[in-house]
Amino acid sequence: MTEPLLRVRDLKTYFVTEQGRGTARAVDGVSFEVQPGETLGIVGESGCGKTVTSLSILRLIPEPPGHVRPGSFIEFEGRNLLTLEPRELRAIRGNEIAMIFQEPMTSLNPVFTVGDQIAEAAIVHQGLGRAAARARAIEMLRLVGIPDPDERVDHYPHQMSGGMRQRVMIAMALVCRPKLLIADEPTTALDVTIQAQILELLDRLQAELGMAVMLITHDLGVVAGSADRVVVMYAGQVVEQAPTPELFARPLHPYTEGLLASVPRLDAPPAGARAGGRLHSIPGQVPAATAWPSGCRFHPRCPYAWDRCRAEEPPLLDAAGTGGTGPGSHTVRCWLLTEPRRRTPAPRP
Amino acid sequence: MSVWNWLALGGAAVVALAVVAEARRRALSGPRGRRFFRHPTAMPGTFVLAFFVTIAVAAPAVAPYPPYYQIDVVHPDQPPSVRFPLGTDPLSRDVWSRLAYGARISLGIGTLAMVVAVTLGAAVGAVAGYFRGSVDAALMRVVDVALAMPRIFVLLMAVALWEHLPLWVLVLLIGLTGWFGTSRLVRAEVLSLREREFVSAARALGARSGHIIFRHVLPNAAAPIIVSAALGIGNVMLLEAGLSFLGMGVPSPAPSWGNMIADGLPKMAVAPWSATFPGLAISLVVMALNAIGDALRDALDPRRETA
Amino acid sequence: MTPAALVQVEGLVKHFPGERRWFGLGRPRSVVRAVDGVSFAIPAGSTLGLVGESGCGKSTTGRAMLRLIEPDRGRVTIDGQDVLALGARELRALRRRMQIVFQDPYGSLNPRMTVRQTLVEPLAIHRIAIGREAERRIAALLEEVGLDPAFEGSYPHELSGGQRQRVGIARALSVEPQVLVLDEPVSALDVSVQAQVLNLLADLQARRRLTYLFIAHDLAVVKHIADQVAVMYLGKIVEHAPAPALYAGPRHPYTASLLSAVPVPDPTAQRQRIVLSGDVPSPAHPPAGCPFHPRCPHPKKNDRCRTEAPALREVTPDQRVACHFAEEPLQPS
Ligand SMILES: Nc1ncnc2c1ncn2[C@@H]1O[C@H](COP(=O)(O)OP(=O)(O)OP(=O)(O)O)[C@@H](O)[C@H]1O
Ligand SMILES: Nc1ncnc2c1ncn2[C@@H]1O[C@H](COP(=O)(O)OP(=O)(O)OP(=O)(O)O)[C@@H](O)[C@H]1O
Ligand code: SF4
Ligand SMILES: [Mg+2]
Ligand SMILES: [Mg+2]
Repeated sequence: MTEPLLRVRDLKTYFVTEQGRGTARAVDGVSFEVQPGETLGIVGESGCGKTVTSLSILRLIPEPPGHVRPGSFIEFEGRNLLTLEPRELRAIRGNEIAMIFQEPMTSLNPVFTVGDQIAEAAIVHQGLGRAAARARAIEMLRLVGIPDPDERVDHYPHQMSGGMRQRVMIAMALVCRPKLLIADEPTTALDVTIQAQILELLDRLQAELGMAVMLITHDLGVVAGSADRVVVMYAGQVVEQAPTPELFARPLHPYTEGLLASVPRLDAPPAGARAGGRLHSIPGQVPAATAWPSGCRFHPRCPYAWDRCRAEEPPLLDAAGTGGTGPGSHTVRCWLLTEPRRRTPAPRP
Repeated sequence: MSVWNWLALGGAAVVALAVVAEARRRALSGPRGRRFFRHPTAMPGTFVLAFFVTIAVAAPAVAPYPPYYQIDVVHPDQPPSVRFPLGTDPLSRDVWSRLAYGARISLGIGTLAMVVAVTLGAAVGAVAGYFRGSVDAALMRVVDVALAMPRIFVLLMAVALWEHLPLWVLVLLIGLTGWFGTSRLVRAEVLSLREREFVSAARALGARSGHIIFRHVLPNAAAPIIVSAALGIGNVMLLEAGLSFLGMGVPSPAPSWGNMIADGLPKMAVAPWSATFPGLAISLVVMALNAIGDALRDALDPRRETA
Repeated sequence: MTPAALVQVEGLVKHFPGERRWFGLGRPRSVVRAVDGVSFAIPAGSTLGLVGESGCGKSTTGRAMLRLIEPDRGRVTIDGQDVLALGARELRALRRRMQIVFQDPYGSLNPRMTVRQTLVEPLAIHRIAIGREAERRIAALLEEVGLDPAFEGSYPHELSGGQRQRVGIARALSVEPQVLVLDEPVSALDVSVQAQVLNLLADLQARRRLTYLFIAHDLAVVKHIADQVAVMYLGKIVEHAPAPALYAGPRHPYTASLLSAVPVPDPTAQRQRIVLSGDVPSPAHPPAGCPFHPRCPHPKKNDRCRTEAPALREVTPDQRVACHFAEEPLQPS
């Protein structure tokens, strides 16, 4: 087994909210690994802590109100990111680990040309001169498939469409050839046809540049098409982690199972609802980060829950017998693993 | 000043403190109130305002003399003493008594004129912003022109045309010349509110325009209106002081802080107290109102209204 | 068009004037053709899904139909009544028959009104019920949309997205409409909650025999709820067919590529993705000829596409397509 590129262990990031509303345990004991060159999908619904996880890795959590709790551990190529000096950290950010954000519209600076913004990272991290950096910017724009890069390099963000801006964001992230790209919902704000373009682009770039990608999304369809391994998050925790084919063929956590069943699918028989068939749905809603339920955090919405689920919080249990959280492993945070018989009552209609 | 007056004055301070404490106790239960009192000057501001309002209300108790009462002709320009805590003015009237009664007039004019101005401004702004088009264009051109004219000049002209200006006309005039800024503010707010989907939803339900404006639009524009009112009262008080100082505001012998300054100014060199104390009072109240306005702005900012 | 259709829209047009030259005094620079001749009919009790990418004019169509935006041209009838000819008073009365649910569950409720106040309002406007009777109706509505009556006194910011959307639906239902325009009612919701709301909408339709115009950008969601589907591109309908026919055999290349672009949650699915090149052109400057031609991957695309705009025509008895080569079905996804 090769050394993982990134290893996150027991990451806890809390936010102190306004008086009287307690602490938001946004990320509460998350562990996973990213292998060199692989795509790790992180899925979960709004508020489950995906963005906070990725911001914690780059130490970009606003402090206060947030803080990473002692005992958390984030290791990138053998270096503990949580104890690095600010100077060392800056040398990694944007250089070895790059990030693209959820909002392509607001993440670009409106008063600089896209060329300047792409070139900046190359100047800062690789000491390139103005002319060389500009040439690099043009090359990057060509790489991400923007037509007429020589001309576009002098355009401002507002002169571009949403899809093009997202390409520019990707170009900015990739200009230093990072080893790890964290893509936080890179396509959520885009139309399906543009989303398809961007996902294809990410696939191609990953193959060409050999980097690892952490693909964060709430869309199971997106991870199914792009990720090698998937981490499913719920309520600030990892609830299931498995290789992609395995996860979709054999979802073990009731949340993963419910989520998969409630996605409306193109490959379902037509007009399911009208033919009397209903979508499966998970009852209730995601709880607030300040008040996670006790025991298993999913138990109020779980069709199988029994006494133990309400009383005791399940650890991540090994379902594949490989141990650890490395490639090939399948881990599940659910007591059902210890008592498989209880899975019998099929989930509600 | 008798013991009784001193007691009353102390009582006023205690009442003001109690008001602040009670307001704070209630406010701290909500996020907005907490944000309000987190502002460093919110507490002193509220206290100063509460104090002067109490003085104004309790003027007969805290003031030893009636406001017009001339002690006797031999007591002009007395320095502050136990008998005259803030001295006497050139017409040998007790400055403290006039200050207390003046609070009624100055604060009263400020509040009433602001009510007129804010009502008018909110109405014009809401109509312009909600109906847009030619209504908006016409109203906003009027506002542009009005804002371009110096207000004090317009007021002086109006005042000059009158022989004996009744107080309510003065209030009305100040109000009528003070709504332009508010109307612009409200219009901007309404323009963005009317695009919100809950306004569309109300239209889709068949609600009339008037209903939509009063039920859906204005309540959501309340924050900037309240803030501009708080800041505006201070402005109006200064304006009234200016007019009175020029002898065109509140007519003597009725005490307003403005005409008290005017009365005391000629003797500034020998008896500075009779102009200084009303000036100090105006500054304190205006500063207090500004502090409260600022704190309100923070507290009511809808962007900070977290879910 | 079927005579049984409850809602008929013919030749609906809405253009927005662009920015004006000379500080707002000159001629408008360009016109945004948001909706450019849209026609459809929805039979009573059924659902028309209206799909397309951002900015193609879906919301404008829905709002123009309800006259929340005044359309420039066209005809809208509901149950034979001409909507566009109504005066202000009759229009308010008509609001009882057609209602709308909005996409943004955060923006579509007045933040300063409780759930109860929000639901009382329509009852009061149309003098449907007051006092006890109103209370009773509100309780019934909340029950119907699956919201705990304990939320009656809550403000919108105290509710989750799914709960707010339920309030929005309850508000629309309170006047007992026949027609509901659903403008992306589930797009802003989490997957697990989206399924709850979709099920609710299906139940309500069955129970109340509602007629839906269901606007969405997600073809998978539409497949779940629609009887017919209309696909829009740059203000025009490019394909319109019963749902089973459209999903089994799209005939417009845009429909085919939309279908192939939807991510399918199945890593084993062997799909041939048609990835369109380029972006959606601005509706202020639609391309000449077929509006889709700059991005069209159709193998037979030729000069005719660049010059001549294809009309929406009947290709099979119920499939209408705006493409010069619609005769041969495209490969189903
Ligand atoms: N600055 C902050 N202050 C307080 N709480 C915060 C802050 N940032 C995030 N949180 C809380 O942390 C939790 C996780 O947020 P996060 O942004 O990671 O969610 P997410 O999984 O990225 O969701 P989405 O899909 O909506 O982007 C949320 O419940 C949120 O309320
Ligand atoms: N009030 C308006 N003034 C000017 N242009 C407008 C206005 N409303 C909409 N448009 C333009 O009309 C076009 C169609 O907009 P519409 O909102 O109908 O799109 P949509 O299909 O609903 O998109 P989305 O999926 O983003 O909601 C867009 O280009 C939009 O910019
Ligand atoms: S631990 Fe219990 S409640 Fe939690 S997911 Fe498993 S069965 Fe459901
Ligand atoms: Mg996020
Ligand atoms: Mg829309």
